[in-house]
Amino acid sequence: MFLISVSAAHLLRLYERFQFLDKDNRGHLRPEDFEAVLELSENPIGDRIVEAFFKPGQETVDFPSFVRVLAHFRPTEKNRNRDKGQPDPANSRTRKLKFAFRLYDRDRDGKISRAELLQVLREMLGMQVTEEQLQSIAERAIQEADLDKDGAISFDEFRKVGPLELGSAFILLTVRHLNDEVSSLSYWRSG
Amino acid sequence: MEDFWAGVLWALRIWLYLIISLIMIPAMFGFSLGISETYMTILVKTLEWATLSIQKANAEEEKVNASASNGLIQREGGSMEKELEELRRSRPKPPEGGDFTLSDCFYFSRRGIESIVDDEVTQRFTSEELVSWNLLTRTNNDFQYISLKLTLVYGLGIFVRYCILAPLRITLACIGLTWLVIGTSAVGFLPNSRVKFWLSEWVHVMCYRICARGLSATIHYHNRENKPKKGGICVANHTSPIDIVILCNDGCYAMVGQVHGGLMGILQRAMVRSCPHVWFERSEMKDRHLVTKRLKDHVNDKTKLPILIFPEGTCINNTSVMMFKKGSFEIGATIYPVAIKYDPKFGDAFWNSSKYSMVSYLLRMMTSWALVCNVWYLPAMHQQEGEDAVHFANRVKSAIAHQGGLIDLQWDGGLKRAKVKDTFKEQQQKKYSSMVVGDDSSGNSD
Repeated sequence: MFLISVSAAHLLRLYERFQFLDKDNRGHLRPEDFEAVLELSENPIGDRIVEAFFKPGQETVDFPSFVRVLAHFRPTEKNRNRDKGQPDPANSRTRKLKFAFRLYDRDRDGKISRAELLQVLREMLGMQVTEEQLQSIAERAIQEADLDKDGAISFDEFRKVGPLELGSAFILLTVRHLNDEVSSLSYWRSG
Repeated sequence: MEDFWAGVLWALRIWLYLIISLIMIPAMFGFSLGISETYMTILVKTLEWATLSIQKANAEEEKVNASASNGLIQREGGSMEKELEELRRSRPKPPEGGDFTLSDCFYFSRRGIESIVDDEVTQRFTSEELVSWNLLTRTNNDFQYISLKLTLVYGLGIFVRYCILAPLRITLACIGLTWLVIGTSAVGFLPNSRVKFWLSEWVHVMCYRICARGLSATIHYHNRENKPKKGGICVANHTSPIDIVILCNDGCYAMVGQVHGGLMGILQRAMVRSCPHVWFERSEMKDRHLVTKRLKDHVNDKTKLPILIFPEGTCINNTSVMMFKKGSFEIGATIYPVAIKYDPKFGDAFWNSSKYSMVSYLLRMMTSWALVCNVWYLPAMHQQEGEDAVHFANRVKSAIAHQGGLIDLQWDGGLKRAKVKDTFKEQQQKKYSSMVVGDDSSGNSD
């Protein structure tokens, strides 16, 4: 359904990673398995990111779904042939924004309510701000983005206030073979 | 039949005599006959040729492989401030007031996905990947048939390593360890005097030299004027138990550790007869005050050898240095940092204790090409006025990481088994909130 073009070598590495996280060898991951990633506990919205892997109501994620989520983070192709019949590839701008939108919109009702926004803000800011500050930040954000004045931010409104250039914030760069380094014979003689 | 066995025995004796004369005697007296050097030159030439062959074959195809780093992804390395700025700048409408934007979460989500794909900590507990294959089966990630010649060399390499080098090294290691036990016990019978002290040092260094030959170790020591002196604590990054052999080749140290049973126990008891080491019973290790006190006593006695400690507490794969435990830095002695960096091209020195037992690890070491490493002695460091142990430990860790070309990580190596504290998350939240709310009280707060 989704167009994912990940190279075979990368897919293998991702599978090894999947297996590493799947400590009990079940063939799928559960939310607890992500606790093995120590750096994720440093991330203020770590739990939401883990949630993004799981479809609503599902408690496990298998490898194809795992890759599908990660495919959002491939660089967007600039001059993609926009076929009307073809679905958007995972790394299109729209899909990336949709991914981010779902981080806010936890109940998946298509709108970011005030309560949802407050929740995210509280997670990202922790105990560093007071309740009043939190409320005023949320208020400002909603006022700015809510064009139809229904008190919530829909996906279209989210797109309009989103950055034009998603830039590096939405790309995982994969590592390339350092051919130049090896071509010099000094690789073996050095150090 | 009899002749056959007689022949075998005769061959074995020749073998032993050769070993003793060509390897042991030079090791005992610290000079070299140049055999290892010749071996290394041949090895380097062979590996260079192999690299060129592989490269020529790969040049036709466009391959995207993982590089020398263990990672699948390349991290941007930008700070939180820089990246959030970038996101905010490209907005269609400038923000009216306040500094929060809906796109701020993109930064955190990308960081989160990055860590899910490949986190900085877990990759430190697997062996480092090589840029170019070094003709060992174990580092072979995607072997393709390139040419008959290469395969032949690879096969010859296996034969040389397993049938010629491995038995030689195992023999040497056994001789080395046996000699250590006998030698130290013998020296232990002498009364305490300068002669005993000198003999004990000589026996120790000699046996470690033999063990080092048993691993085909080529060690380069740098800045030897900073060598640890008596009454100090020597601190180094930990990659494997072989670190001890590497360091003790160039001087005598007092070891610290738990009392073991079996072979290790015999070694420990023998070593402590000739010069004082600090061995703890398992129950004593839990009592931090007792541990500190014993270390302090040892350090304060100026006739005793410098203590060797690995503050990381666990083996890391030699690409980074993890958090140093503060225990050794609270004693108040002079710290002599040492950086050890192994060259992974000739053999991977990292001991993955969850994957290999000690014995299989040593066998793997003995069937590698060689062990090449650099040891840097760093200038002594003292705890400064008003500096707490944790800060001091981090300072020493940075110095070691910088010298050895390793990455300085804040994470605790013991975390591979335990959970993370909330303080790290708080740090991130603090950083972010200072960007959103700032320290300006003139913001629009109603």
